[in-house]
Amino acid sequence: MNRFAQLFTTLDQTTKTNAKVAALSDYFASAPDTDKLWTIALLSGRRPKRGVTTTLLREWAAEKAGIPLWLFEECYPIVGDLSETIALVLPPATGTSDKTLTQWLEVVRDIGQHDVETKKQIILSAWDSLPPIERFLFNKLITGGLRIGVSQKLMTRALARATQIEESTLAHRLMGDWTPDKTTFHDLILSENPEADASKPYPFYLAYQLEDLDALGPAADWRAEWKWDGIRGQLVIRTGQHFLWSRGEELITDRFPEFATLPDFVPDGTVFDGEILAWDHATDTPQSFNALQPRIGRKTVPKKLLKDAPAVLYAYDLLENDGQDLRDTSYDARRAKLETMIAALPKDAPIRLSATVPFADWPALAQLRETSRDRHAEGFMLKRGASPYLSGRKKGDWWKWKVDPLMIDAVMIYAQAGSGRRANLFTDFTFAVWNGNELVPFTKAYSGLTDTEFRKITAWVRKNTLQKFGPVRQVTPEHVFEIAFEGIQKSTRHKSGVALRFPRMSRWRHDKPLAEANTLDDLKEMLETYG
Amino acid sequence: MVLQFRPQGIYCPAGDFYIDPWKPVERALISHGHADHSRWGMQRYLATEAATPVIKHRLGDINIETIKYAEQRQIGGAKVSFHPAGHVPGSAQIRIEVAGEVWVASGDYKTVDDGLSEPFEPVPCHAFITESTFGLPVFKWDRQEDVIASLNAWWQANKDAGRFSVIGAYALGKAQRILANVDTSIGPILTHGAIENTNEVLRAQGVALPPTIRVTKDTNVKDHAGALVIATPSGMGGPWMRKFGQASTAFASGWMAMRGVRRRRSADRGFIMSDHADWEGLNTAIKATGAERIFVTHGYTTQFTRWLTEQGYDAAIVETEFEGESLDAPEQELAE
Ligand SMILES: [Zn+2]
Ligand SMILES: [Zn+2]
Repeated sequence: MNRFAQLFTTLDQTTKTNAKVAALSDYFASAPDTDKLWTIALLSGRRPKRGVTTTLLREWAAEKAGIPLWLFEECYPIVGDLSETIALVLPPATGTSDKTLTQWLEVVRDIGQHDVETKKQIILSAWDSLPPIERFLFNKLITGGLRIGVSQKLMTRALARATQIEESTLAHRLMGDWTPDKTTFHDLILSENPEADASKPYPFYLAYQLEDLDALGPAADWRAEWKWDGIRGQLVIRTGQHFLWSRGEELITDRFPEFATLPDFVPDGTVFDGEILAWDHATDTPQSFNALQPRIGRKTVPKKLLKDAPAVLYAYDLLENDGQDLRDTSYDARRAKLETMIAALPKDAPIRLSATVPFADWPALAQLRETSRDRHAEGFMLKRGASPYLSGRKKGDWWKWKVDPLMIDAVMIYAQAGSGRRANLFTDFTFAVWNGNELVPFTKAYSGLTDTEFRKITAWVRKNTLQKFGPVRQVTPEHVFEIAFEGIQKSTRHKSGVALRFPRMSRWRHDKPLAEANTLDDLKEMLETYG
Repeated sequence: MVLQFRPQGIYCPAGDFYIDPWKPVERALISHGHADHSRWGMQRYLATEAATPVIKHRLGDINIETIKYAEQRQIGGAKVSFHPAGHVPGSAQIRIEVAGEVWVASGDYKTVDDGLSEPFEPVPCHAFITESTFGLPVFKWDRQEDVIASLNAWWQANKDAGRFSVIGAYALGKAQRILANVDTSIGPILTHGAIENTNEVLRAQGVALPPTIRVTKDTNVKDHAGALVIATPSGMGGPWMRKFGQASTAFASGWMAMRGVRRRRSADRGFIMSDHADWEGLNTAIKATGAERIFVTHGYTTQFTRWLTEQGYDAAIVETEFEGESLDAPEQELAE
């Protein structure tokens, strides 16, 4: 595993994209095929099933380190990573190992078959034969949590460099539900017949949040659609079957049986891109994201959910038509085909066209955007009419133009240290609003400040702690922060009676005196208006 | 109690003095020159001979007396002596004896010899005040020679590639520790002004440091291609860095043991090097004192105190305003 550990170290030690691609392509040019295939699998989020519980790993690590379990458990949130915590507390290895990455992954894959005592022997001898980084990586493999700071896009670029195969071709070959046990490096990457797997989706094109409206140029070049909060999905219809993919490249066909009828109407060789939404068939409008939520985690859907939250694909793009890849044609051309196709479908087919919102100029659209919240939309998606369908997150042709967040000024009353990246800073805070003379906590937030601000507030928290409750510190109410959030709901679990969606600190209001923070009545009014 | 914990700092009633107080008091015994231990506003100061120049440099015109390591001095009803803490040059553990009972306030300390500071000496006592900056079993330092070897290799590789090697380290302690140990045959060494100021103070008192070049606004860095540049942590982030173009960057700190912190600093390399004791160091130091009572200050106080209690010590947390090794404390840097 030494070569893989070196690759990991290089990738981990540099923040520079070019250095990462170079290290990866060197690896792809020189490592054994099975190791390469596993590396691709790991970098694209495919990993063997976990064969040992983390509870056992923690116990064994604490025992081997000669520390009580509670102390191990205290270290874990501070390090922020179980595999790393284990690697750090263990005594140095006394042996060595020359197993390859593939051989270690076979150990990981097969360990689940053994009884607990044998598992323990396998794990302890692995720990005792690996140097620190490899030990950390082994833990990552065994817990199924390996994440390397390389996007699939970068990995594909490196692979393209090493194999001399076009990047977009490789990106498509890498999609779908392959595993290293079911294929080989040759069949997956080098073979000329990538269509063997009819289910393969295309890499998703992801939009950025709009930064500068003025930079977009003439409004006539752009198309607008309402943006609804659902599950981004690609619906593939080939060989008389349908396949539904989530943005995380997860095959979620079985979770949405609604779409099973589609191959009856939609010709083979069709791929839609869109948003899966829970639909209100009575009013022909989307239901809120909350309605869809219970369906996300479920592999099978109870009848009641199917009735209460029936799903449709809110289609906004057509990537394949008659088996032809349309991605290089313009958005307008793809839309024209999409509209024709959907118009020809029966009315009760579980597909809706994401309508284009006409607008004369940017100010008119901006005004319309103000109504987003009333429509329960998140804002607009803006797409350039002439743009091809790109893969991955690329700036320029697709933008999310979300409605401005809701804001409230609140008082910080509790602070807690962060973990991992921010283990030595206070980053998790609880905020309160006034209810008469009392401060009522209503939300937590832990992002939105710069590192410099976190450092400042950390130094302040240390000096202004009133009381400690375990890891939580009650601090002097003194600082007012502007909290931005996307939505507000009634909640019986919170003392304040509300729950916020995506709360974060948008600004440290040095200018605001404590007394001028918002009140519980202000929050309740927001709940009335937007809840 | 030989020592008490008061809002102004650690107090000795028998001698009517404070140790490293954080509020102005009449008489202060100072363990070392870091800003969280030697503050402004005391009527009288007492520190080791080796620590005094830096303290004076930082605090200006103060009324300070010096003391040699191990020299005994009677202050009121207390017998006082200073002993090497191995933390930075001149740093001391302060031993207080009152009517046969011995307490030691250790300030900041580390047990490994860094090749620069006077090496840590265990001082037998009844009660020991310890820091706990790295008081968790995940903190285990590599041997200094291994860290220095990888630092040298990093510098050499950058030099070969025509890049500067910029490393962030505190102005007092870490910067000089790197200077004292690095392989100076690789190339020239440039320093940030705040670090060079400390170097000058230390050289003047006889600390042997290799030659360094102060970076000023007139410095043409191209004359020193491939140099090792020692910067303050705050200088690392600022416009000061622009001079060095596509430099390779690194931090030297105990926090670099944690991958998450290394990544947050977004430096190219993190060298695990601390002027505080690691888990092993804290435990052996405490054991070597033979003390039964342990007071735990700045750091992972809750966890470390519980651990010590389970090991059979009479351990308790003491809240102080000391600050351990912060990656981010610009106040530890000397003004330019
Ligand atoms: Zn210090
Ligand atoms: Zn300190």
